[in-house]
This record gives sequence, structure tokens and C-alpha cells, in this order.
Amino acid sequence: MIQVRALSKLYGKKSVVEDVTVDIQPRKITSFIGPNGAGKSTLLSMVSRLLDSDTGEVLIDKADVKKMKSNDFAKKVSILKQSNYMNVRLTIRELVSFGRFPYSKGRLTEEDVRIVDQSLEYMHLTDMQDSFLDELSGGQRQRAFIAMVIAQDTEYILLDEPLNNLDMKHSVQIMKILRRLVDELGKTVVIVLHDINFASVYSDRIVAMKDGKVVKDGPTEEIIESAALKEIYDMDIPIQKMDGCRICVYFSS
Amino acid sequence: MKKRYLLLALIVLSAASLFVGVSSISPLDLLDFQSEETQIFLISRLPRLVAILLAGAGMSIAGLIMQQLSRNKFVSPTTAGTLDATRLGILVSMLLFANATMLEKMAVAFVFALAGTFVFMQILDRIKFKDAIFIPLVGLMFGNILSSVTTFFAYRADVIQNMSAWLQGDFSMIMKGRYELLYISIPILIIAYFYANRFTVAGMGEDFSKNLGLAYRRVVNFGLILVALVTTTVVLTVGIIPFLGLIIPNIISIFKGDHLQKTLPHTALLGAIFLLVCDILGRVLIYPYEISISLMVGVIGSGIFLYLLFRRKAYA
Repeated sequence: MIQVRALSKLYGKKSVVEDVTVDIQPRKITSFIGPNGAGKSTLLSMVSRLLDSDTGEVLIDKADVKKMKSNDFAKKVSILKQSNYMNVRLTIRELVSFGRFPYSKGRLTEEDVRIVDQSLEYMHLTDMQDSFLDELSGGQRQRAFIAMVIAQDTEYILLDEPLNNLDMKHSVQIMKILRRLVDELGKTVVIVLHDINFASVYSDRIVAMKDGKVVKDGPTEEIIESAALKEIYDMDIPIQKMDGCRICVYFSS
Repeated sequence: MKKRYLLLALIVLSAASLFVGVSSISPLDLLDFQSEETQIFLISRLPRLVAILLAGAGMSIAGLIMQQLSRNKFVSPTTAGTLDATRLGILVSMLLFANATMLEKMAVAFVFALAGTFVFMQILDRIKFKDAIFIPLVGLMFGNILSSVTTFFAYRADVIQNMSAWLQGDFSMIMKGRYELLYISIPILIIAYFYANRFTVAGMGEDFSKNLGLAYRRVVNFGLILVALVTTTVVLTVGIIPFLGLIIPNIISIFKGDHLQKTLPHTALLGAIFLLVCDILGRVLIYPYEISISLMVGVIGSGIFLYLLFRRKAYA
């Protein structure tokens, strides 16, 4: 379990994340939603140690993340940031192999090779494993990055807006894969999402943030609800139930 | 671009290089150890070849590491002020110690090369506008500022003549006893190879490196130390060889990608081959005179550099 305790981050005098306390349940998809500038990405960066917090602490399985060794941490938690701007010309296979870096420092063992093969297979990238990343489409590249994270084999997977710049087909594809990671491999997935309908259909729990604070935190059906959404987005959003999914019809509200 | 072919080319060119020159030496002459030809061979030709190979491989690897760590394909010791900082360091060592030994010069020049490179990396961190072509321009400006400082003090101290030896790369002065410093490149190349995976990860950015548990800052700093060491030894023994660290890694990257553990050997080999070709051409074109290596590399290298720039534009 990830426990965030009274976490804050200041940029100058402005607090971007303010006294956030939240628990992230294991073996679930937890989505962070909220308006732009709510502090979702900053929070995720602090949980994954990319950014130092000013006050408060993050505990992962009861251990303070600040006290963990970088390498041990990299075997427990992985993070993908929203822009994977990469200038480096690597093939898909080479990239995915670097997912094993925390374990083998690049000198792959037989087990590493096996895990890399499996990850490629899992993301349906085996056929194109020798293509260079800069020759791929956005959706393929995102799949390659997720394959790398799978190879990293961490219990916790954090993704900052993984659907950015992806079309509908690829977005659905990525979300289905994340669902499988949780249901089949028992991973804990935390995502920052902009599209509340993706959050509604695919996540187990939703944490809503606004102005650096957590305003709502609970199972999906409690958050995807007109009154709660009004509080988060200041919009009247009707909810339609379709095939067991709760869809927010916010386009004309 | 197979390693086998590169190696073959390197061996053929090396042999050619050994037997090209003002005094003709044939392989048969070498059978007589006492002959004048054998002496020239051992004192001049062989050291020259070794120097070319080490400088070529060293500068290319230095460029490769810099490009990876700065995440910019147009950064190299030429375009990041490293070479100019090294020259300023050599001047300072000459002014501080009247008769500086090679090692003293080396130490001072190394400190300057390292400081110069760090300053450039700091500038890089602060630039918001990360355009691929804008960054090397900033580096060139930074280098020119350092260079003008060097020229100013060299002029005041009346050592311009002396300094120009380090301005122009030149292999004709390489002789036994004057190039051995270059051997430092060998352990550095080996260390670079062992760090190749770390450099590759660092090249994917700070967040990415941290995710994989890599001590990002430490790896970047270590890489820059290697770059400064190689650059210093090359500038001190041979002089400035422009563009080499820029174009060789780019050519290899186009064909083989950026997985350093796989591309380091190719880059080192191609660097040595390219420098050998330039050197042999420089020796043959106006025989029995010689065109300095920095001019040869400058002309051919800037041509290739322009080609890479335009190619980049077309694909961007």
C-alpha cells in the first residue's frame, strides 16, 4: 500500500500540493482526476521520488520512500512521465531491456532475457522489436514504454497522463492493458487522467484533486456522480448509465 | 556498417600510413634494425600512427559521451567550449609556470576543460528553448568568448606564437617522447565501455534515469570528467582537431542507433579511420609538404556537418 501523509510542495510561495493525505489501495487502478493545475502530476512525482516534497512523507509498504536505496526503489515503483521526449535512437527491444537495469545494470541474465521477451509479447510488440523508437507512431511508442515498465517488474506502476496525444483506439488499448496488469499480474496502477470517462470505466478508485488538495477520494461509483463532480469541476454533469458503465455527459453542460 | 569491415579498413589504412612520407621506407628496410629507415620508422612513423589512432578514437568517444549526456546531437568538444577552455588552461599553465612540464600543463588544462564543460552544461540546464541547433550555437559563442580571452592574454604575454601550436592540430610534430600522454585515452575508452549502459540511460533524461534507479548527476559528472581528460590529452599532444567528435558519433547513430554498449566500438573505429584518411590525404595532396590535420578535418568535417544539419531538417 502507498500511504501519502500530509504531503506538501511549494513553488516559491505558492503551494502546488497542500497537506495531502491519501491511501492507495494495492492491486487496484487508482485514477487521479481534477482540473488543470490541481497538483496531480506534482503529487505523482513526489510519490515516485522524482521531486522532493517540502513537508510530509510517503510510505510504501510502511517504508519511508526517502530512506530507500535508489536501486531498491526502482524494483518496487516505476513511473512514466507524460512527455517521453526522447532523442535517443534505441530499438524497442533495447528500450525494454533497460527495464531490467535495476536488476542487472545492463548485463542481461537469461532470466532478464526471458522477462524482456514476455513483456514484448504482452504488449504485442514482438514482431516489431527491432524497429527504432523514432520510427514509431505515438501509440506504438507508448506501448513500448509500458513494455519497459512491465519488464521493470515493479509492484507499483505510476503513469502520468499515459493517454496524452493518443487517439481513441490506442487509448482504449492502453487502458485495457493496464486493467490486465492489475487483474492478471496483481500490479497496483496509479494514473493521472484527464478524460473522466476513461477514469470512470477503467478505474477501481478515484482521487479527485483541486487547488493542491484532495477533494474526493473513494470507489469510482461514489465519485462519478453529479453532486461530487460539481464540487470538483464546478460543472453540472449528468451521468448516463450504459452497459454498466457510468458515462459523464459533460459536453453541453 | 559491420565492425569487421571497419577493422579491415583500419588495418589497411594503418599500413598505408606507415609507408607514406618524405623519406621512402619499404617494409624490407625494416629487416635491418640498424638502418636509418628503421630509425625513422620507430621514432616518427609508428608514433604518428599510434597518435592518430588514439586521438581519432578518443575524440569521437568524447563527442559520443557528450552528445548522450547533453541529449543533443550537435554537442561535442568543438561546439561546447571544451576545446577553447582547454587552450585557455594551457595558456594559464604557461603563464603560471615558466617552464611547465607536460604533467603540469595537463593538470591545469584538465581543470579548465572540466570547468568549461560544466559551465556549458549549466547554461544548457537554464535554456528553456531547447532547439537542437540553437544549443550548439550557444556553445560556439561560449567557446569564442573563452577563445578571445585566451588570445588577449596570449598577446599581452607575447606567447601567441607558442599558443598557435595548440590552435592547429598537427601530427607532423609527433615523435617518440612527445605523444605518450595520449596513452591515457586507452584506459578511458575501456572505462567508457563499462559505463556505456549508464550513459545510455542518462541520455534518456533525468526522470527516466531516476525511475531506473540510476544516480543521474553522478553519472553525468563522471562522463564529463572522461570527456575533459581525453580532450586535454589530445589538445596537448596533437592540437585542436575540430568536428571529429561531432560527425563520427552522428554517422554511427544513423546506422546503429544510440545503444552505447553496441556503438562505442564502431564510433572509436570510425573515428580512427576518418582521422587516418584525413592525415594520409594531407600528406599526399601537396607532397612533399603537408596540410595540417586540423585544416583537413575542418574542411571535410564541416562539409559532413552541413550535410547532417540539412538531413536533420528534412527529417525533423
